[in-house]
Amino acid sequence: MPLKGEFYQRDREWHPKAYTHDYKTSVARSPRQSLISLENTVSEITGPRFGHGDIDPGDNDLIYNYAQSGESAIGERIILHGRVLDENARPVPNTLVEIWQANAGGRYRHKKDTYLAPIDPNFGGCGRTITDENGYYFFRTVKPGAYPWRNWVNSWRPAHIHVSIFGTAFAQRLITQCYFEGDPLIPHCPILKTVPMQEGIEQLTAALDLNATIPLDTIAYKFDIVLRGRRSTLFENRLEGN
Amino acid sequence: MVQKLETLIESASQTAGPYVHIGLMPTYAGNAGYYDEEIGTTPFLDESKAKGEIVEIVGSVFDGTGWAMRDALIESWQCDAGGVFPGDKGADPAFTGHCRFAADAESGEFTLRTVKPGSYKGRGGVESAPHISLWVVARGINIGLNTRIYFEDEDNANDPLLNRIEQRPRVNTLIAKKTGDGKYRFDIRLQGEGETVFLDI
Ligand SMILES: [Fe+2]
Repeated sequence: MPLKGEFYQRDREWHPKAYTHDYKTSVARSPRQSLISLENTVSEITGPRFGHGDIDPGDNDLIYNYAQSGESAIGERIILHGRVLDENARPVPNTLVEIWQANAGGRYRHKKDTYLAPIDPNFGGCGRTITDENGYYFFRTVKPGAYPWRNWVNSWRPAHIHVSIFGTAFAQRLITQCYFEGDPLIPHCPILKTVPMQEGIEQLTAALDLNATIPLDTIAYKFDIVLRGRRSTLFENRLEGN
Repeated sequence: MVQKLETLIESASQTAGPYVHIGLMPTYAGNAGYYDEEIGTTPFLDESKAKGEIVEIVGSVFDGTGWAMRDALIESWQCDAGGVFPGDKGADPAFTGHCRFAADAESGEFTLRTVKPGSYKGRGGVESAPHISLWVVARGINIGLNTRIYFEDEDNANDPLLNRIEQRPRVNTLIAKKTGDGKYRFDIRLQGEGETVFLDI
């Protein structure tokens, strides 16, 4: 049965603004007019749903999902795991989580990436999974490298993994990025600094999770993701015609 | 001090970046075959069985300088031709309602091939005009932009969202223009003259 509640409004002071001067590309790509605020309609409180039939079991293992048989990706082996929750602190089960990232040298397998660090023949750089009944997900991958990008002459992205989440409705659709505890580039990144509040940045920074590491094998980082919460309909405010 | 609320706050959005296609459309990024099946390549499970009129909507996403962006990625979500959302009772089993598509790396043009949505009754029994919801992401877009496609050959007069727009000329930015049989043009302008109406949903 599809969920029907409307969503709490997005906190536009918590999210980055569209126009962020120091992230140069946003200047010409940001609307100048105000967004029109819209009470949720059925178009927003429903959304596409995916299941295990849409993906393969190995899709969440980036160390091996592009590698020749018998080989594996080069880099620091990590587990990235956590839960997808909503603003009511409830798990979001059975939702699709997709990630993409640079390789250990900071190079993307994309025809537009021309950084001099080499492509790793055994690393593709994308993965996907579906959260379990507790909202839990995990990936195995290599820690991405920092890479330079053209903003100022000398701009470097902190190590990061891009994360895309569907949730249960179009209104919950979210793309964000996961950073790593202790990265000295974090305070210098114009993209990360589009997030206005320090707590917002901390929420995007995965914690080293020693208890989840596999000894002599793989380091772990914990990264929980929060999606918008649905209002509970204690007193009914019907969206659909009566 | 007062009691603490047991609530969390949504993770802050970050730009999808220039390489979003690696993760969401590997074939587009030059990595065909990465997955056996990519997500959202078409909203049809079986186009030959889908009910309703099949339409093709072509357009570009223009930045504030009038340049057609080559790297925009869009997702659409809509009801079926009968006005029922996929997943709800009675929805067309041949249709998923969701599609992922991107501006062409050479021309900057995108194409969405889908069914023309029906209308449905919303709050207070008011019928909304047929529309497709869009979510636009790209490098330089810090938080995905929501908008809608309406159709110029439908009756849009009583649509609750369109009627909310104070400056009437701006309504046109949400209306796809008919260019042929089942063919429409819908351009998205991020900024400046003719700026598309974006929604805080
Ligand atoms: Fe990146």
